[in-house]
Amino acid sequence: MHPAFSVIFLTTLLGAGQGLFLAMFTGQLYALARFLPAQEDQFYAIGSLVALLLLVIGLGASFFHLGRPERAWRSAAMWRTSWLSREVIILPILMALVFAYSVAHLMHWTQPWFRIGEALNVDATLILGLLGTIASFALFVSTAMIYASVKFLEEWHSTFTVINFTLLGLASGFMLAAAYSAYIGNPLVSFFGTWAVVLTLVSLLSRGAHLRRNARLKHKSTVQTAIGVRHTAVVQKAQGAMGGSFNTREFFHGRSPETVRLVRNSFLVLVFPIPILLISGAYLIESTTLPVLAFVIQYIGLIAERWYFFAEAKHPQNLYYQSIS
Amino acid sequence: MTQLALVIDLNVCVGCHACVTSCKEWNTSGWAGPMVDQNPYDGSPTGTFFNRVQTFEVGVFPNTETVHFPKSCLHCEEPPCVPVCPTGASHKRADNGIVLVDYDKCIGCKYCSWACPYGARELDEQEKVMKKCTLCIDRITDATLSDRDRQPACVLACPTSARLYGDVHDPDSEVSVAIRERGGYQLMPEWGTKPANHYLPRQKNRIYISPDELTRVDNPLRKEDLTTYTGEETLDDVAW
Repeated sequence: MHPAFSVIFLTTLLGAGQGLFLAMFTGQLYALARFLPAQEDQFYAIGSLVALLLLVIGLGASFFHLGRPERAWRSAAMWRTSWLSREVIILPILMALVFAYSVAHLMHWTQPWFRIGEALNVDATLILGLLGTIASFALFVSTAMIYASVKFLEEWHSTFTVINFTLLGLASGFMLAAAYSAYIGNPLVSFFGTWAVVLTLVSLLSRGAHLRRNARLKHKSTVQTAIGVRHTAVVQKAQGAMGGSFNTREFFHGRSPETVRLVRNSFLVLVFPIPILLISGAYLIESTTLPVLAFVIQYIGLIAERWYFFAEAKHPQNLYYQSIS
Repeated sequence: MTQLALVIDLNVCVGCHACVTSCKEWNTSGWAGPMVDQNPYDGSPTGTFFNRVQTFEVGVFPNTETVHFPKSCLHCEEPPCVPVCPTGASHKRADNGIVLVDYDKCIGCKYCSWACPYGARELDEQEKVMKKCTLCIDRITDATLSDRDRQPACVLACPTSARLYGDVHDPDSEVSVAIRERGGYQLMPEWGTKPANHYLPRQKNRIYISPDELTRVDNPLRKEDLTTYTGEETLDDVAW
C-alpha cells in the first residue's frame, strides 16, 4: 500500500494523545490510592489539554486524506457496519471528555459527589476520567479495526494490529507524560517513565511477533486465482494502459526493498531501545531533557513504524498490475 | 431477486479494447460522467476507467497462450466495499443487485478501494470521488430505449460477442445457461465475495510445434543467411 502521511500522522498523534490522557488519569488514580503524592489540579489539566491538542491535530491531519473534506460530516452515518464511521463518532466524544476532564481540574470541581466504602471520594474528574478511559480504548480499537477488518490486506488482518496500535499509543503517551513531568520539574517523571519503559518493552514483543507473522505470511490470492487460469506459468504482459492509474498509485509504495528494510530497521531502533536507554539515563543522572528527547525520538520512530505498516501490506489487486508494456 | 451481471468469454476476447473505449465514451458523457483524464497527450497520461483489458501470457515459450482479460466491477453478491463505506455512498441496489456509488455522498476516503480485492474502484482525480462500473445503469433502466439498446455499452460494442449480459439468478437466462454449461467461474473465490460477473474458461487448445517450425529453412531474400553461399543454384537463379 502507498503510505499517506495524513493517515500516518492521524494514527500516531491520536495514539499519543490517548496515551497521554490515560497517563494523566492513571497518575490521578495512583494518587487517589495514595501510591503517589497527589498533584495539583493544574498538572492534570495542562496534561490533558496537551492530549486534546494532539487529538485536534490528528483530526486535522485526517482531513488531508479525504477527497471531499467538506462532506466529512456525512461519515458518521454507517456506524453499524463501518469501523471508520465508528472512529468518526468516538473521536469527538473523546475530545469532549478530555476537554471536560481538563476543565473540571482547572475549575477545581473536586468536591466529592458520593463516597464508595470508607475512602473513595467520587468527584467529577473521576467520572470524566473513567468515561474518557473507556472512550480512549474504544478509539484505539476503532482506529486499528479500520485496518484489521480488511481481510484482503492479510498483513493487517490480525489481532496484532489492534494490540500494536493500542500498546504503541500507550507507550508514546506515557513517554510524553514523562517528558511533560520532566519539563515542568514534577517528581512523577520516574513513575511515568517506568510505565513508558514497560509499555515500550511489551509493544516490542507484540510488534516483533507481528513482523514475524507477516514475514511468514503466505498470500491466499495468486495470479492464477486472480484471472482463474490454472497454469503454473502465468505472467502479466500488459495492464491495459501505458501510463499510471489510481490502481498503480494507491496500492504500491514505489520504494525499493532496501528502503523499506531501512525504514523497518530504523523504527525498530528509534521506537524501542533508544527511548528506553534515554529514560534510564534520565533516571540515573536526574536529567530533565532526556525524557523529552526520548519522546521526540520515539515519536519519529512511530512515524517510520506506521509508514512501514502501510508499505508492508500487499493488496491482492496488485496481481492485476504487475507489468506495463 | 434479480442480479444483473456480465459473463465474459475468454475464448473469444481478442483484446481490442472496444469495450474500454465504448465504456469510457458512454459513461463520460452519460449519467455517471465525467470520467476525467489527466495529461492525455503528455508523457504520463492517467485517468478514470470503469473497465480495463489486461493481457496475460500463459505457459512458457514456445507453448504459450495469450489471455486477454477484461475486468470491471464484478458486482459481488457479498460486496466488501459496501459495509466499510462510512457515509453509505457505496451501496448495492436491492432491485437488480448492481453495486453503485452515490457521488454526492462520497467523501473520497478511498476505504472502499482498499476493501475491494479486485481493484475495481478508482478515485476520480478531478471530482475526488470514488468511481466504478455502473453496469450502465442509465441505459439498462431507460424504458424509452429498445430492448436491444438496454444493455451496457461494452456489451453492445464487443465485436466478437465476448460479453453476455443478463440476470444470473434466472436459471433460464442466457448468462445462467452459459455459466452452467460452459463452466463459468468467479475471480478470487477464496474471499467469499461471490462476484456476480463470471468468466467462461478458455477451451483446451493444444498446439504442437516441431523445432524446425521455429527456424526458417527457406530464406529467399538471404536475410539472416547463416549458410555460406558457394555459387550453387538458388531460387534467384531459377528462370520463371
